Amino acid sequence: MTANDPSPNHLQLTRDGQLRHFLTLDGLNRELLTDILDTADSFIEVGERSIKKVPLLRGRTVVNLFFESSTRTRSTFELAAKRLSADVLNLDISTSATSKGESLSDTLLNLEAMASDMFVVRHSQSGAPHFIAESVTPGVAIINAGDGRHAHPTQAMLDMLTIRQHKGGFAGLRVAIVGDILHSRVARSQIRALNELGAAEVRVIAPGTLLPRDVEDLGCTVEYDMARGMKDLDVVIMLRLQKERMEGALLPSEREFYRLYGLNQEKLALAKPDCIVMHPGPINRGVEIESAVADGSQSVILNQVTNGIAIRMAVMSMAMGGQMAERQQKQLDSEGAGA
Amino acid sequence: MSGGQQDDSLKIIGGTLFDGAGKETENPGLLIRGGKVAALGASARSASAEQEFDASGCVIAPGFIDLCCNLREPGNGQKGNIATETLAAAHGGFTAVCASPETSPVNDSSAVTHLIREGAVSRGAVRVLPIGAITRGLDGELLSDLAGLQKAGCVAVGNGSRGVRNARILRRCMAYAQTFGLTVMFSPENQALAADGYAHDGQVATRLGLLGIPEVAETAAVMEMLLLAEETGVKLHLSQLSSARSVDMLADARSRGIQVTADVAMHQLCFTEDALAGFDSRYHVRPPLRSEADRKALIAGIQSGVIDAIVSQHQPHDSAAKQAPLPATEPGLSSIESVLSLGLDLVDRGELSRARLLTALTSGPARIVGLSPELVEAAVADICVFDPSERWQPSAQTLVSSGLHAPVLGRDLPGRVRLTLVNGRAVWTDPAR
Repeated sequence: MTANDPSPNHLQLTRDGQLRHFLTLDGLNRELLTDILDTADSFIEVGERSIKKVPLLRGRTVVNLFFESSTRTRSTFELAAKRLSADVLNLDISTSATSKGESLSDTLLNLEAMASDMFVVRHSQSGAPHFIAESVTPGVAIINAGDGRHAHPTQAMLDMLTIRQHKGGFAGLRVAIVGDILHSRVARSQIRALNELGAAEVRVIAPGTLLPRDVEDLGCTVEYDMARGMKDLDVVIMLRLQKERMEGALLPSEREFYRLYGLNQEKLALAKPDCIVMHPGPINRGVEIESAVADGSQSVILNQVTNGIAIRMAVMSMAMGGQMAERQQKQLDSEGAGA
Repeated sequence: MSGGQQDDSLKIIGGTLFDGAGKETENPGLLIRGGKVAALGASARSASAEQEFDASGCVIAPGFIDLCCNLREPGNGQKGNIATETLAAAHGGFTAVCASPETSPVNDSSAVTHLIREGAVSRGAVRVLPIGAITRGLDGELLSDLAGLQKAGCVAVGNGSRGVRNARILRRCMAYAQTFGLTVMFSPENQALAADGYAHDGQVATRLGLLGIPEVAETAAVMEMLLLAEETGVKLHLSQLSSARSVDMLADARSRGIQVTADVAMHQLCFTEDALAGFDSRYHVRPPLRSEADRKALIAGIQSGVIDAIVSQHQPHDSAAKQAPLPATEPGLSSIESVLSLGLDLVDRGELSRARLLTALTSGPARIVGLSPELVEAAVADICVFDPSERWQPSAQTLVSSGLHAPVLGRDLPGRVRLTLVNGRAVWTDPAR
């Protein structure tokens, strides 16, 4: 016996395949992902104007609902919403309601009473944005800004935008993701996006303790040795290593990790000469990446930040468009039923 | 059970009789009087009774026995109580349920055992067999008064879903329980390996970024418990197995003559890790739903008899316990009313034989708690009559339990319980008839 429809698509897509929530890249096809990248491209130009605003979300209220603190992601979402002319409310829930014992469901009911149109959600628990999308009143769009170890779809899409800008496309590309794959929502979303967009190979490079079980099933190859893993690479993505990984016997020391898996110029030289270096940030210099590489000519880390705003504008406007189309459709349906 | 009119006589005619041991025969006529099977056969057919029940098309079986049920009383009234959950059990065809020691306070003293038994007598629909907590507060550190629990009426002792602190304490628990011939029931889980996990450490957990409970968290504990049971000579019952390897280890231990029995929850036979793919918290159970290969091996274990019993592992919850992101929800589902239907669905799919299903719900668990359910003359009339082919849709309206987080809601399932008798008294009668 199978469970009830487990695919996320009934949640995040409208009947005619438009985005209405953005929870995960699972189940989104290449056409839709390319559509997001193209829309983001068109918003990059907005950021270069002297008046950096378009009226797509005018009169809409976007609530940044961060149950886990974040500076960069939250500020790029805030900036993206403001450039779309939305009203933005930032709520740092990690220090307010839930610490007073209020349940997530109750927090949501209160926020809905404020007639918001979109929640941008970051949460430490995998699946929290799914839960919120299932429980909010229809018409409110949910954007996942990172949940537990599950997904960080806007980060992955801004990475794809950065890769496309530098490489022209994805066909034939060999991409490696290095470091703490086990705890990384970014890596899961990147692997999914790269597979869907047609990269030739996605490699994960890490010690056995930082790899999830059966990671190959996600669509990647595994390499323990970084020197071998760097071979023929077009893109290398370094992941942040949290200091607490030394506890619980996942790693012996930062020093050993840096020696084996840190990216320095010597290791970078093993990749293709035009290999680009990426990092979702914030970077730990001397832990997973050498300063000379992070600031070097092959690094595109700052492009990623700029692209983050464009991707978030794209996703927010598309999800709001999907919600509005759905509302109109429902209205038409009910009028049709009444006639 | 409230006492009462046990002298009411009831005659059941028609249908098929399942004897509890695996055989089905045409019902020759069954007369129930004074709480017992008064006659079987021609004398029953010709007898006059105050009531007659036509069981045509139905199966008449000994009442089902559940080795793992949470009644939530004392202490968790918001989730359920003895009255609601034993009525749900009766609706599911069960006539006896083992009450988990995981109550508040924990059933680690004869006073709590008495409280449960008194509640069962005054408000329970079916027999309630308390399981005592083997360690105080279920903390896995200090022994409870096991002799006292036994005297108060506990049919076995265990540690609920919680583990014991270490192997030394586990060994002493077993040796002390063995002194009194008490059966120990343990859900095998190595706590250090299970850590903060809440999903099977496999494909789905990897994709969704869920914290995994590896299979070895179970198998390492099974191996340790089997070795300690062999050494101490205790009667060991392994509760709620979830993995194929555990079934192999169990079969091997049996062949070496170790006194060990085991059960599996019905949901482990029906669902796999895939059920969590949409973060559906109803399928958050412990041990977690594992792979399709595990599911198949568990069914094979029931089919071969290596696993003795199927349990409901009924865990009613209030809605708040399940309305949160998956990792923050409480494990367990409301299941006791759908065990039979899910089992018959497996029978219809050709995955399990009806004889093995019914054995695992009757004589299999009965032996473990010292009951002998047989449909013979003079036997206690704990009986379930169900129509195996009639279909129904469990819904918030048709379920009796306080817990509504049942994955079967809205599904179309075979098997309706028509009549449940405890001591010859009807505790459930299908309202649709």
